[in-house]
Amino acid sequence: MTSLLMPTRRALLMGAGAGLLATALPAVVGAQAAPIKIGFQLHRTGIGASYGRWYERTAQAALKLINDGGGIAGRPVEILFEDDATDPKRGAEVVDKLTQSDGCDLVMGTLFSHVVMGSAPRAGELKVPYLVCSEGYHVASGALNRWTLQPGITDVRAQISTMAPWVSANLGKKVTMVFPDYAFGHDHRDFFTKAMAEQGGEVIAQIAIPPTETSFTRYFPQIPAETEVLYHVMVGPAVLTFVKELGEFYGTGAKPALFGFVDSLEAVDTATSGLEFLEGSHFWEAHPRVKPADAGEHEAAYRAAVGVDDMGASVSDPADISTYSHMFSTWETLYFIKQAMEAAGYTGPADRQKLVEAMEAITDLPYGLERPQGAKLFNGKTHQVFGAQYISKVEAGKLVKVHSTTIDEGLYPDAVDYTAMSF
Amino acid sequence: MAFGPFLLLALMEGLVTAAVLALAASGLALVFGVMRVVNVAHGEFFMLGAVIAWFVASLIPGPAWMAFAAALVVAPLAVAALAALADALVLKRLNYDPEATIVATIGLLYMLQQAALTVYGPDARPVAAPFDLRLQLPWFGYSGYKLFVIAAAAVVLAGIWALMTHTRAGLVMRATQVDRDVARAFGIDVDRVYMGTFALGAGLAALAGVLIVPITQAHYLMGGDPLLLSFIVVIIGGLGSLRGTLVAALVIGLSDGVISMFFSPTLAKILATLLVALVLVFRPQGLFGTRT
Repeated sequence: MTSLLMPTRRALLMGAGAGLLATALPAVVGAQAAPIKIGFQLHRTGIGASYGRWYERTAQAALKLINDGGGIAGRPVEILFEDDATDPKRGAEVVDKLTQSDGCDLVMGTLFSHVVMGSAPRAGELKVPYLVCSEGYHVASGALNRWTLQPGITDVRAQISTMAPWVSANLGKKVTMVFPDYAFGHDHRDFFTKAMAEQGGEVIAQIAIPPTETSFTRYFPQIPAETEVLYHVMVGPAVLTFVKELGEFYGTGAKPALFGFVDSLEAVDTATSGLEFLEGSHFWEAHPRVKPADAGEHEAAYRAAVGVDDMGASVSDPADISTYSHMFSTWETLYFIKQAMEAAGYTGPADRQKLVEAMEAITDLPYGLERPQGAKLFNGKTHQVFGAQYISKVEAGKLVKVHSTTIDEGLYPDAVDYTAMSF
Repeated sequence: MAFGPFLLLALMEGLVTAAVLALAASGLALVFGVMRVVNVAHGEFFMLGAVIAWFVASLIPGPAWMAFAAALVVAPLAVAALAALADALVLKRLNYDPEATIVATIGLLYMLQQAALTVYGPDARPVAAPFDLRLQLPWFGYSGYKLFVIAAAAVVLAGIWALMTHTRAGLVMRATQVDRDVARAFGIDVDRVYMGTFALGAGLAALAGVLIVPITQAHYLMGGDPLLLSFIVVIIGGLGSLRGTLVAALVIGLSDGVISMFFSPTLAKILATLLVALVLVFRPQGLFGTRT
């Protein structure tokens, strides 16, 4: 009793010592292994939700692999996923929250180009590296800022310039385009029209469809009868309706050759009833959904890690089709971050500028488990990466790879030099 | 495409829009006419119809037509029950005050939408059409199911008309619409009429949702467009007038089909909204409404 009320001097000293030790300990442990925090702007809801689901899974798989291999520069890595509802206004708020409240070292992962356009200016103001996985030409066009980079996926302009020669040589010269009426669709419209003209072909009609449209039959009569190739690229939850209605419209009658960006079919099973008319048509793919016979040596390990079978569906649910031609970009972006952080000797947010400079210094990105889609070339001036592209044909309801392009075919003159801009 | 077939396709597409719109809007008109409640959550009942159809279709094995037939029965009933519950828990407690119910149904809109997002998820999911019929016309192909939608909507609307004009329930509803105090004085249980009307209105929206889902897929955000168009139709037709709603749905649906095909869908929306403005200025009671 007395010892509690009147502690001895020794007990008091011991207690104080233990208390000091206890407060000091986490600080020591923390300094050794404070995790690197990566903010992920995720389309968990809204029109980009099916992409968001797979972006999250792919990023988680890469994160596990990186942490199992010792993290980044010996530090563990954490990803904080934050839903942006595929909404540009919310997107900017998410960049803000991840950076200011959550203290993330950088932000990555955005796909839909209107969200990128809405968020990148905020990232520039906050001076936080913003690594998008979007395909849009907006990064390389110079429209954004020094803090925005696209190191994981080839942009639309490069993709298209590799497709146009093949389309004009194999399918036809007179093309009608159907595309979503916003930034991403406009890139398709502008660069494919130009690329076809260079091949001696011609785009005879451009049909822009509002991105929130749910019914498409009304647009099809605008397709001129003399069309030889119908080029389609649609995104969002209505893509299945789009291809089904296209099938109803043409049905068994005469129809132009179809060339689509696989965006029109991402997360959609090519064997769905109503899609039989796609048989024999061609699709651009960044990363063939159905594992090709000549797939690279790391393809199997990548599919196993992200939980995708050889048909491109989830291993746990064959009806859950992946967004295979886009999701690799989150994986490759994470490895790009690892490479740049280790090169820059990154220690914390104070080194963000050094980190961007280290990213800009990267050029060759060889094929490996870090880059399952293939080898890439990063252009530090335009902040854009370039990789090979593929064309697949629908055979017996399956996408079968029939053509590959080289990286060089997609290169174009620089439109901007971000390295000359101030931070 | 030549002008004739082009126009034919435009009219067919317009009729499908009109059919679905007439179903959804008549539910809204009924609720407003009888209860004087502006139901902002009406589009979410439409969405719930589609979403429940997906659940029913994925739970019932066997041929597509069987699952669809089940959805056609289950979804409107489930949504009607939910609406009756909302009436008892929310609208009745607000004493059907016009302003308060607007705010309350806005709240209901968000609750239903977020509940769908939580339970059903953010993806668009298809429901197979009950039959796979494609009409191959000389100029273009057309989905046989879309023609079925037009026919089904016509049958349901005829049923609603018969209900309102030839049954005791319809008589009671019309009496309540004209004057709720007098109706109550004559021994009509107005609370029950209100609950039934709200459930019926929601059920009609859900039915429209089930009919549309094989065409456009079920998605938790799909309630926005039908809500806006239903309001346009109801305002043009005359708030509370079923006949006006039908005529307005045909006008809006067909003009939407023709204008979006020959010009642009955006122009069709602009003109519809302009028409609403003109009606409000020159004939505030709507084309078939009566001045109160």
